[in-house]
Amino acid sequence: MSASAATPAGAPQPRRARRGRRKLATQTGWNLVGIAVIVVMVFPVYWMISTAFKSDGEITSGSWFPLQPTLQHFRSAMAGADHPYFWNSVANSLIVVCVTVALSMVIAFFAAVALAKFRFTGRKVFIVLMIGIQMLPQAGLIIPLYLVLRQYGQTGTLTGVIITYMTFVLPFSVWTLRGFIIGIPRDLEEAAMVDGSSRVGAFVRILLPLVAPGLVATSVFAFITSWNEFIFANVLLNDNSKQTVTVWLSYFTGTARHTDWGALMAASTLTAIPVVIFFVLVQRKIAFGLTAGAVKG
Amino acid sequence: MTSFPADSQIAAESGHRPARRRLTWARVGRASVPYLLILPVLGATGAVLGYPVGYLVNLSFQRYGLPELIQHAGHYIGLHNYWLVLHDSVFWDTLRRTVIFTAANVSLTIGLGTMIALLLVRVSRFVRLPLTAGLVLVWSMPAVVAVQVFYWMTNFENGVFNSILGLGQHDWYATTFSQLGLVTALIVWGALPFVVITLYAGLAQVPHELVEAAEIDGAGPLRVFRDVTFPVLKPIFLILTSLSIIWDFGVFTQPYLLIGREHQYASNYLMGVYVYIKAYSGNDYGQGAAISILMLLIVAILSIFYVRKMVKIGDVQ
Repeated sequence: MSASAATPAGAPQPRRARRGRRKLATQTGWNLVGIAVIVVMVFPVYWMISTAFKSDGEITSGSWFPLQPTLQHFRSAMAGADHPYFWNSVANSLIVVCVTVALSMVIAFFAAVALAKFRFTGRKVFIVLMIGIQMLPQAGLIIPLYLVLRQYGQTGTLTGVIITYMTFVLPFSVWTLRGFIIGIPRDLEEAAMVDGSSRVGAFVRILLPLVAPGLVATSVFAFITSWNEFIFANVLLNDNSKQTVTVWLSYFTGTARHTDWGALMAASTLTAIPVVIFFVLVQRKIAFGLTAGAVKG
Repeated sequence: MTSFPADSQIAAESGHRPARRRLTWARVGRASVPYLLILPVLGATGAVLGYPVGYLVNLSFQRYGLPELIQHAGHYIGLHNYWLVLHDSVFWDTLRRTVIFTAANVSLTIGLGTMIALLLVRVSRFVRLPLTAGLVLVWSMPAVVAVQVFYWMTNFENGVFNSILGLGQHDWYATTFSQLGLVTALIVWGALPFVVITLYAGLAQVPHELVEAAEIDGAGPLRVFRDVTFPVLKPIFLILTSLSIIWDFGVFTQPYLLIGREHQYASNYLMGVYVYIKAYSGNDYGQGAAISILMLLIVAILSIFYVRKMVKIGDVQ
């Protein structure tokens, strides 16, 4: 577009040149709007990171850049006297997330194979169930889950949280994995069976390697969902030493008048980092599945 | 693929009992494979969701407060909880507030999302790439983190909102309208990337020739959007809108944390927060359960369209 606009002005065809110039002006206009949108959208993220690195003086004076960058806030968020539970929470989150993801992937994979490769009575009901569960407002389920887990002594334990997370990770994992499995041409499987492999053999040798990228992408997405979850962790885990990262962060503010903003933003940055890295890695792969599978972003 | 007509034909013709039984067993085995495969998922979700939802229904018919919680037993009082809730003006006020809040959030999300998606098509490459990257970055922000960042930006003393807008020490949390406005900003900001990227992907499916033909015929940009682009994108719009409605109606984390745990009152409740407060702070699990059920029903009605659409996609393959 810019190439066509750069045709020599004042050349034999003045009309075309004028048109070109107008096009260039429109294009520049769109680009400026685009840049404005970038600034507005990214500003909160920039403000979080820059505040985390600013000195206390710069934070109160409202400086736009951390001119004297400091790591003091990160140190205080991770191990300060007021905030002793950071590493504890990270460990809890990691345990919860890893167990949830590992168990969910195995279970979800089987169901996804059933949906993608078999037609069976009740298939439709199962699909409705998988999609319907994702629509349930979590706030509406807190009470029964809390009371039931309490009955079995699982409030305040990571097990209770893991079980709860699994039910929310499973449906979208089944749905997304189904999409990845369907994408594999049936011929490949059949070719393997003709070559003398059994159905299971064909499955292990052909299907599994081909689905591996899909499995990785789905796991990462499940990781992000569980890492970010707040509602259930907030209700089920009351003890300071048993909190997950999001609950830890939600209690970070302290009293409204004496909030350590630098440390709060450092803590926020630390909480977001793993998710951002993972998300940027798999976003492209999962984007399609999202539209088809409807996952909370 | 689970049944082979050839097998059943042979079985029917040969009439040999053992042969028939053997074949039947093989068929039963094959037919049960998909059920065995979905069993673990069904078991897990059934135990952790099915049971509690049943429990919830049961609970909504009981008086279940603090004494009952300690004794682990409620008293059945029929529909009394529902009667109480439906005669409580707080419930109706909250419902009305939540509906307006949802309408505002969804129209802003979809409206702005459409504009940014269309913009994304028009900008040059050197703007498109950072814009997409920025959207993905925002998309990946955990809700709790986003809340804390907005909380800091809107702080009355040193918040950057006040310094940009030159508002001095304006308190953004002074009125319910302002509070929910902030929550709206936060939610729309967080929801835009998903909407924009999905719509942008959809826009790639709009045939170029159609747009060009319409333009040659003298259609303006609005006309092109209404008569060419929109019809192609309609299914995506419907899905995005119904998803946004469902999510925004039941939203909890953002209003609860941004407005603050200690600042939730009947005057600024949204449905999700109301359910939570009713059960925990009020220690009335029975009424909380009744409200939960009502809320689940409303969301179920709202999601019928979406679920049907998805089932169709899943069924066609």
